[in-house]
Amino acid sequence: MAPKLPPQPPLQHSTTAVADGQAHGHAAPPKGIWRWLLTTNHKEIGTLYLIFSLTMFFIGGIFALVVRAELFQPGLQLIEPEFFNQMTTMHGLIMVFAAVMPAFTGLANWMIPLQIGAPDMALPRLNNFSFWLLPVAFTLLLSTLFMPGGGPNFGWTFYAPLSTNYGPPSTTFFILALHIAGISSILGAINIIATILNMRAPGMRLMDMPLFVWTWLVTAFLLIAVMPVLAGVITMMLMDINFGTSFFNAAGGGDPVLFQHLFWFFGHPEVYIMILPAFGIVSAIIPTFARKPLFGYASMVYATAAIALLSFLVWAHHMFVVGLPLVAELFFMYSTMLIAVPTGVKVFNWITTLFRGSISFESPMLFALAFVVLFTIGGFSGLMLAIAPADFQYHDTYFVVAHFHYVLVPGAIFAIMAGVYYWLPKWTGHYPNERLAQWHFWFSVIGVNLTFFPMHFAGLAGMPRRIPDYALQFADFNLLSSIGAFFFGASQLLFVLGVILCVRGGKKAPAKAWEGAVDLEWSVPSPAPLHTFETPPVFHRAST
Amino acid sequence: MHSWWRWLSVISLAMGISQAQANGWNMPIGVTDTSGDIYGLHMTIFWICVVIGVLVFGAMFYSLFRYRYSKGAKASHFHEHTGVEVLWTVIPLLILVGMAVPATATLKDMYDSSDAELDVMVTGQQWRWRYEYLGEDVAFTSNMSTPRAQISGEETRGEHYLLEVDEPLVLPINRKIRLLMTSDDVIHSWWVPDLAVKQDSIPGFINENWVKINEPGIYRGQCAELCGIDHGFMPVVVHAMEEAAFEDWLIGRKEAAAEKAMGVDREWAMAELAERGESVYQSICSSCHQVDGQGSPPAFPALANNEQLISDVDWHIDKVLNGVSGAAMPAFRSTLNPVEIAAVVTYTRNAWGNDTGDVVQPSTVAEQISE
Repeated sequence: MAPKLPPQPPLQHSTTAVADGQAHGHAAPPKGIWRWLLTTNHKEIGTLYLIFSLTMFFIGGIFALVVRAELFQPGLQLIEPEFFNQMTTMHGLIMVFAAVMPAFTGLANWMIPLQIGAPDMALPRLNNFSFWLLPVAFTLLLSTLFMPGGGPNFGWTFYAPLSTNYGPPSTTFFILALHIAGISSILGAINIIATILNMRAPGMRLMDMPLFVWTWLVTAFLLIAVMPVLAGVITMMLMDINFGTSFFNAAGGGDPVLFQHLFWFFGHPEVYIMILPAFGIVSAIIPTFARKPLFGYASMVYATAAIALLSFLVWAHHMFVVGLPLVAELFFMYSTMLIAVPTGVKVFNWITTLFRGSISFESPMLFALAFVVLFTIGGFSGLMLAIAPADFQYHDTYFVVAHFHYVLVPGAIFAIMAGVYYWLPKWTGHYPNERLAQWHFWFSVIGVNLTFFPMHFAGLAGMPRRIPDYALQFADFNLLSSIGAFFFGASQLLFVLGVILCVRGGKKAPAKAWEGAVDLEWSVPSPAPLHTFETPPVFHRAST
Repeated sequence: MHSWWRWLSVISLAMGISQAQANGWNMPIGVTDTSGDIYGLHMTIFWICVVIGVLVFGAMFYSLFRYRYSKGAKASHFHEHTGVEVLWTVIPLLILVGMAVPATATLKDMYDSSDAELDVMVTGQQWRWRYEYLGEDVAFTSNMSTPRAQISGEETRGEHYLLEVDEPLVLPINRKIRLLMTSDDVIHSWWVPDLAVKQDSIPGFINENWVKINEPGIYRGQCAELCGIDHGFMPVVVHAMEEAAFEDWLIGRKEAAAEKAMGVDREWAMAELAERGESVYQSICSSCHQVDGQGSPPAFPALANNEQLISDVDWHIDKVLNGVSGAAMPAFRSTLNPVEIAAVVTYTRNAWGNDTGDVVQPSTVAEQISE
């Protein structure tokens, strides 16, 4: 593997801004656990977020493997339907709220100050608080599995009244956990906006910012807009469960469909919260390894903003079969189809960036290219799902499961992994082991497609989602998916191994670890000292 | 033949493009005009995606191959062009408009349930369907008939494993039938792929859909919205008949219902009631309270050795008739007839060590219903 990659840039022994971080001013940081509990440093907090996210990725992954093990063949072999429902629910909740979102926040913490030439996040103590809320929230959420009646068993979408009048007693704890995670997200988003708007290096205009910063700016506004809606809807659930209200209880004059409107008004922007920062990462990596500036920077920014605005107008495409009026169906069908336009612009821009570049295939680039292809496949099935009449057949089947896993796993998660391989030299001062990374990449690509591609067929053939047992005609598809899932899961151990080895040692990386990299983070030494840009750098616009 | 070409044919065959219909890898064309229209939309948008995919990925892989650093490619530095940005905004927009036109027409048609000749009320219940032929005085519940022993693997699984019911919904072909959907408890979704009908059944709402079946046959589907433990065991079976056969069936069904409900006034023996009660219990109650009456607390309490149940027969009848508010137990006063309720209560009071010796007569239940 890893044939003929270009030589990595030589180590420079220049000393511009090198390692003077510890040299003055600050008291020595506390030792041991207190250092991590009390840290206000964006790099350390970024690391905490990333470690937390990786841990949760494995916990959520184990839940998925329990599900796939049960679905390996028809019949009930390993677990009861009750536990199966808890596993699908917890898998979704953990992956969305504890793995993907914190991973992006972790990358934001590390990279946004470095990419805009800021010494730290604008609100460092708030930053610490935002992070430490997360372990509390998810310890609480995971503990519901051990409570009488078990954990949440109503799907990650927790539709009322299944989650209210018919939910397990632990639902109140689930609500509390989600509240805490939501507060963490809102505070994190406020911090990111404050940092980006106030702390850019002198001379850096908004339209000079790297796209990762741009996409995160937009994402942070989305978070602030929709997290309170989630908080509202779960508070209404809390009232229905514990205080005798009937927001969603038809018997008391409430409206179960209202729940879905509120949930998806949060939920649809939420899926863009999980993909916009991925667009930013890919937009950094592709130009670096194509050695050519990103094509259509301005249109990328506008497309990001357009996707964010449209994301508020499409929520009811998750509800095409709840009995909406015809006019609403048409509106949401058209608005959903429109999202394909700015998303297409992004894909076309990435590909035009590759055109007439000088392309090499290091592991970050491989993940970014796989992202472009596989995310686009997820986009195609998304376009199919947008066709409302056809959605009457697709809705709540494995076709939908295939669709959103294509945009989330080889979409969001591959982008995160691309970002990790891309920035590891900056974080640790060492290149990750390229051979290992390439094995990880190829195993992941094979695993992900083996797991999720057959799900398209299972869904079209008529298999509903969230069932613990299935009719015999779906057996072959499920067999393949289960094999793929275990293969994919196991190959992620290579990722952990690669990261650990990279932290412990490896080929030393210079400040500018990749030949084609241009952004400000590559002007500080590798590994980045604890404190960087204490004197703001002068930002030089790339001459165009 | 080149090996890559052989691979490509294997892949496209595997994708079932050539024989999508025959092998159950694709959406069924189905047996209604609507399902055919939807299949057409599905294949149109699919091929649009394929063409775009070939162009886009073709350009991508060409660039990746042609402009390799390892082959000494030198990078250009162009990085914007308003013209192409406009072009690749407008072209997709036009394709989408082209797609939206037929989709809108189909959707309008699907929403027009006027002039229906028969109305059927479909009610979702955890975890069965109840069908009511409005104005015909025929109503019944439809439960999964796959034995639990097949699910656990003790018996060989049958051809229609999990997609078979004790009593299918019977519909005439060539008639427009309006389906009214609601639910007694949580949200369910009634789905039969061959009919292209999927509609949520929601408590407090009555949703409308309609179907006009072109060919007689048996069409199978299942609940599509997560509705609790037995969501996976809530099949839908529709038996579509020639119109004359349907009329005969309807008359026969009315007579059978009358017969079943007979005997409310006579005195029943314990053995008679217990036998009838056991079959009712197996098909209705056992999915929550389990075959052995142990339930799965806290959601589904045990009936075996349940102190309150043993000590208070009126309470017991009341819960079966009216359900438990705020819990999963539904009301059966309209689902089961007095004989069935008396039978299942009698059975429950004398099974699994609940040796109360009580015999609840159908007449007692009928009295409690009329109160």
